[in-house]
Amino acid sequence: MSETRERILGGIRNSLSRGHLEPRKEAELRARLTAPPRNLVPARATALDDRQRVELFVAMAGEVQATVTRVSSLTAVPEAVARHLAAENLPAELVMTLDRDLYAIPWDSWPLLRIRRGRAEAQDRVSFTPCHAAIAETGTLMLISGAQSPTTLNFLPETHIVLVRSDQVVATYEDGWDRLRAVQGTEGLPRTVNFITGPSRTADIEQRIELGAHGPRRLHIVLVEDELDGGK
Amino acid sequence: MHVALFVTCLVDLFRPTVGFAAIKLLEQAGCRVEVPRGQTCCGQPAYNSGDQANAKAIALQVFDAFAGYDSVVAPSGSCAGMLRVHYPELFANDPENLPRAQELAERSWELISFLTDVCCVEGVAAHWERRVTYHDACSGLRELGIKRQPRQLLASVSGLSLDEAPGAEVCCGFGGTFCIKYPEISDKMVTDKAADIVATDADAVLAGDLGCLLNIAGKLCRQGQQIEARHVAEVLAGMTAEVAPIGAPR
Amino acid sequence: MLATSRNFTAAAQAGLANDNLQRALGLARTGFPLRRRLAVERLPEFEALREAGRAIKDHTLQYLDFYIEFYESQVVASGGKVHWARTPAEACAAVLQICRSVGAKIVTKGKSMVAEEIGLNDFLEANGITPVETDLGEYIIQLRHEPPSHIIAPAIHLVKEQVAETFRAEHRSLDAGRPLIEPRQMCDEARAMLRPRFLAADVGITGANFLVAETGSSIVVTNEGNGDLTQVLPRVHIVVTSIEKVVPTFEDAATLLRLLARSATGQEFSTYTTISTGPRREADLDGPEEYHVVLLDNGRSGMIGTDFQDMLRCIRCSACMSHCPVYAAVGGHAYGWVYPGPMGAVLTPGLIGIEEAGHLPNASTFCGRCESVCPVKIPLPKMMRHWREREHAKKLSPTVYRKGLSVWAWVARRPALYHALAGTAARALGWAGQGHGRFRALPLAAGWTTVRDMPSPEGRSFHSLWAQYKKRGSAR
Repeated sequence: MSETRERILGGIRNSLSRGHLEPRKEAELRARLTAPPRNLVPARATALDDRQRVELFVAMAGEVQATVTRVSSLTAVPEAVARHLAAENLPAELVMTLDRDLYAIPWDSWPLLRIRRGRAEAQDRVSFTPCHAAIAETGTLMLISGAQSPTTLNFLPETHIVLVRSDQVVATYEDGWDRLRAVQGTEGLPRTVNFITGPSRTADIEQRIELGAHGPRRLHIVLVEDELDGGK
Repeated sequence: MHVALFVTCLVDLFRPTVGFAAIKLLEQAGCRVEVPRGQTCCGQPAYNSGDQANAKAIALQVFDAFAGYDSVVAPSGSCAGMLRVHYPELFANDPENLPRAQELAERSWELISFLTDVCCVEGVAAHWERRVTYHDACSGLRELGIKRQPRQLLASVSGLSLDEAPGAEVCCGFGGTFCIKYPEISDKMVTDKAADIVATDADAVLAGDLGCLLNIAGKLCRQGQQIEARHVAEVLAGMTAEVAPIGAPR
Repeated sequence: MLATSRNFTAAAQAGLANDNLQRALGLARTGFPLRRRLAVERLPEFEALREAGRAIKDHTLQYLDFYIEFYESQVVASGGKVHWARTPAEACAAVLQICRSVGAKIVTKGKSMVAEEIGLNDFLEANGITPVETDLGEYIIQLRHEPPSHIIAPAIHLVKEQVAETFRAEHRSLDAGRPLIEPRQMCDEARAMLRPRFLAADVGITGANFLVAETGSSIVVTNEGNGDLTQVLPRVHIVVTSIEKVVPTFEDAATLLRLLARSATGQEFSTYTTISTGPRREADLDGPEEYHVVLLDNGRSGMIGTDFQDMLRCIRCSACMSHCPVYAAVGGHAYGWVYPGPMGAVLTPGLIGIEEAGHLPNASTFCGRCESVCPVKIPLPKMMRHWREREHAKKLSPTVYRKGLSVWAWVARRPALYHALAGTAARALGWAGQGHGRFRALPLAAGWTTVRDMPSPEGRSFHSLWAQYKKRGSAR
């Protein structure tokens, strides 16, 4: 196997008509990897203030058939979730992540909601997760895996409800990634980072777009706007 | 301005009126026009068939025939594209001849873009009572960026209105030797093109390349469609009365 | 995959005569270009992003050895393993060895063109392992034992009635009374059939749209979510990919991702963009326990430094084929190998030889629409022409065609003779065609006149008229 490796790498160098890189060039490339420069970033979302950025996120998420409920505080989340489930004729049962944020929500205020915390199983119909960031540019949610945040919740149930705090709405993918770099520090990346833009879909039969190919049929966003409304 | 007309082999053989229309338009724009005798073809059939040796030999002949003029103008986006875009590529690894290729490329133009972009012609004094649709020939459109120019000049032709076809930018299936090597595919492409044209309300189809026009007119004739095909220069020069539409009885 | 590119002409004719195919292609002919155009018009920076995308890929290829080695070191650091493969056989063997090490029986697969390239499904089946394609289009064609006909819409050659027939024939549990008329019903049927397979799979195989050197991550883009279920549920995740997929950083990938979906489907962003780095972490509640990358070369390293290096920029968006009028006429199967359309016409001869794939770069009008929509500005027509040059040099093109060309060129290099012959031809054809203005048949031009008329020349060549004008002051 290592012989194959050397032959492929040697073949590349041969095609490039050179040997190993000079140390100075290699240091330059390593520097580019250590402090990655941004390329051209579209201005669509970068030139906006906080409020406009949230509005853009909501509009773009709507374009890709995500639904959005806006609430003013975490306290209002259980009711918003329960009403959405009732409106969609879904059972009042949730499987959710173990994230600290979600424990802070007063689920007891809506006692009919049954809650389980953990990874998703085949029979689970509705999941509830937080996100790492929400990207205004294209209405995209950025979710990360971790000990508290199993990835199966994002894909197995037919309905995925995501909690977004308005201060999590960033302009671009790069902004979201920078937040991840800041949080992860030396621990390295999570196993998976999921950028999710609307519910699952396919156009493989006569290019007709149908939602719910293999992942969730519905993607619902509960947007908590307390920070902005609090006049910060 | 001293202009040399690159007649193109198809205009020479099939439709000399286009050459005279080009001269008339260039003279109206204030150019002094000559037709160098040493020209034949731009060499595209050889170039596109992978025959670089013959393509280069013909290109060198073009360099000689067109030396000394301020500009070289062809009533064809395909041939003008060969001179402007492909000669420098053809001689990319030939330091001796590359400067000549680049020098010719810089002063070579497709007719309509030369009239509008270089001579700043904004309109013509022609009249033609027709509803027309315009086919954007591929080389002119994508190699030379010709889209607005013919429409701008056609807008000044009195009596003429433009009805755009949805697939105006899609290839007609001519492709030089392609239509001979893959006749069935070419047929499908020109059939689609004809359908797009017929779907408009136009009673004439115009284009800036005779290759496409022979193909499109040939298909429309075979289908028995009553849509006339003409080179845009004939219309702009007011010479439609002097020659029957392409493929129509004289 | 066994190549049948030699039979391009016959396969193209069959495609043109296939009514279902023509109906399906008719839907695609306008759909993809329209959606792409609308997406591009919404993003003012799109053209500048194309240039940025081109630059990122060119930079990476220039230092590909460095970036791949760095990528590998980061995969290892995050607990994954890289398996290098020079050939399809080596890549298949690596996948099989991993599958066997965990006693795999069922393998789910996300759509991967590299897996098609190495013929992985047939190989796994021959070795007693059941591969289950999970992308809806791939699943349909797997049931039909067909290769994909498009790199992002593998079943684009089918109409919905054919899909319904396939499900009725292959899904034994399907109630005969259940309607399968609309795509919605077929999607639900496939979802129901595949869900237990996702849950039962021992190994999940995906491709990768990009590999990120900085982090040792693979990026998979899907709309269905099948790629995610494929990688998160089984014990083992194998990424089958190739060396040119590597990019330096997440920022570089982000630029290319902005180009990818818009070019491919006209979406602003694909539904799922998933960045995977190594196996599950110790405290994770789900995710694969093993993460393997099978890294294929298969001739790519040899394309660097040649006329065909630019092809390695390709991000497999499919815009070139979705905008190609030749592809729209004949469909993807005519191309006879994994990669159809313009990118296939350039790549295929490089991977399986110009002797086998000579038709592909010839079956183009050089209309240039492919290059004009390519998100990384690959000069596809120019490279098809390079293949024609090699073909000409090796005398592989038809003899009669080469002879005709050299006679024509000999005359074209002698202006006096050329003008005399053109003058004579114009007079003769003009005279013969003056009644109708066109010919319904012409000797030596059957390829033209079987399907369309040949407009008649006016009757005199331009140069003879011009000479007369210069002499007498009048052309007519």
